[in-house]
Amino acid sequence: MKKKIGEKDFKKILEEIVSKFVEENKDSLKEGSIGLVGIHTRGVILAKRIALILQKKYKSQAAVGSLDITLYRDDVGEIGNQPLVKETDIPFSIEGRTILLVDDVLYTGRTIRSALDALLELGRPKLIRLTVMADRAGRELPIQADYCGTEISVAKNEEVQIKVKEIDGEDGIWILKK
Amino acid sequence: MKLNRKDLLNLESLSSEEIELILNTAVPFKRLFTHSIKKVPTLRGKTVAFLFYEPSTRTRTSFELAAKRLAADTLDLAVPLSSVQKGESLLDTGKTLEAMKVDFIVIRHSENGAPELLSKNLKVHVVNAGDGTHEHPTQGLLDLFTLREKKKKIKGLRVVILGDILHSRVARSNLWGLTKMGARVTLCGPKSLLPEEIKRVFGKSVRIEYDLKKAVEDADAINVLRIQKERQSQGFIPSLTEYIERYGLHQNKISWLKKDCIVLHPGPMNRGIEIDSSVADGERSVILEQVTNGIAIRMAVLYLLAGSTLNPQAALENS
Repeated sequence: MKKKIGEKDFKKILEEIVSKFVEENKDSLKEGSIGLVGIHTRGVILAKRIALILQKKYKSQAAVGSLDITLYRDDVGEIGNQPLVKETDIPFSIEGRTILLVDDVLYTGRTIRSALDALLELGRPKLIRLTVMADRAGRELPIQADYCGTEISVAKNEEVQIKVKEIDGEDGIWILKK
Repeated sequence: MKLNRKDLLNLESLSSEEIELILNTAVPFKRLFTHSIKKVPTLRGKTVAFLFYEPSTRTRTSFELAAKRLAADTLDLAVPLSSVQKGESLLDTGKTLEAMKVDFIVIRHSENGAPELLSKNLKVHVVNAGDGTHEHPTQGLLDLFTLREKKKKIKGLRVVILGDILHSRVARSNLWGLTKMGARVTLCGPKSLLPEEIKRVFGKSVRIEYDLKKAVEDADAINVLRIQKERQSQGFIPSLTEYIERYGLHQNKISWLKKDCIVLHPGPMNRGIEIDSSVADGERSVILEQVTNGIAIRMAVLYLLAGSTLNPQAALENS
């Protein structure tokens, strides 16, 4: 297991993401019509962190929700695949909102495809943007992040893992061999 | 923790961990009902066939909604109109459905063990929706779910099962589920409806009480079973009036209960017999929530069986 990004840079990356997002969505911020939707599990933590930065640095409030994509996956019902179903909890109407979808790593793109399906069943947002902490090669669908923390090149047999204090005890991006 | 089973036939063979997994999985499914779109695409392309040899409205409807909310296709074998009437055997009907590549058979049958017969001979998932006087596992699970939701736990709860235990598959599934999850069960009803067999199987882990007042005094929940009126003509109940007097959970007995004791009933109710309207519609009643929870439990069961390693596709590949 190799540490790629440490705590300090992790923080910086997140702040850069927020800064770019703020730059491009000034009107929605002013209207207070921003909704942050984190994808279980680490995306939810990252969404909460982004809300905190928005509040502290930009004096803006954003609603935070969590999205479980399990029931929208394209591989459930396959042999031996019984992922734990978690709760989707979006305590605001997404109708007409600017939604920032937050995930930890963008890889095949299938999670995001599922997330878009799940999200669109809850209403019709004004627009949806995607942000991820790390982007790695291996896309199987034409999906790209609007705000990407860092690009990481890894071999096929390697995995990019995001750690967050709230769950893993530390912040950082790691590469591990499968 | 996974539910590595092809079928759901009973609660007797489930571990407490497996029961807990099903209950936990039903929680997010119930949450879906608060969305304006209650359907998820999880079992798209799968087919669930209903094979009901006994009339049923609520169980069949509940399973159908569960399957539809998971985006599965459903197929209702109207047994009275089908070739079953022409004498086709249960197994032949099952094999025919398998040849049609259905993924699930949800079966209700008047014979104990009918679902097991299908389970042993077919590769499709079999779900028992009630067999004879044996078990009705999804009813047992939804009762557990409702109890846990209301009381925040099951372990240590004092639960009374009241009425016709002898003929009740709901009672048997409840007994297995409740004892596995650590509840303290009391069975209450007339002697003629409390079978010796249950005392033998469950021994000291259940209490038998013929006196309703004594049974319910310290209860946290009472599960009132349906009294089938024809039992009187069969001699199990000497007189309906006497039954109502001694065991009917009516307003005149409510003062015996603890303040927070809840009342369950698997439905359909015989109002005025085993329960009266003031209790059924009163604040202790969780009967309509049982109905809602039933759909979430059945969604959880279909979802978990579909993802088990004993999936029919796996069985086909290994054969």
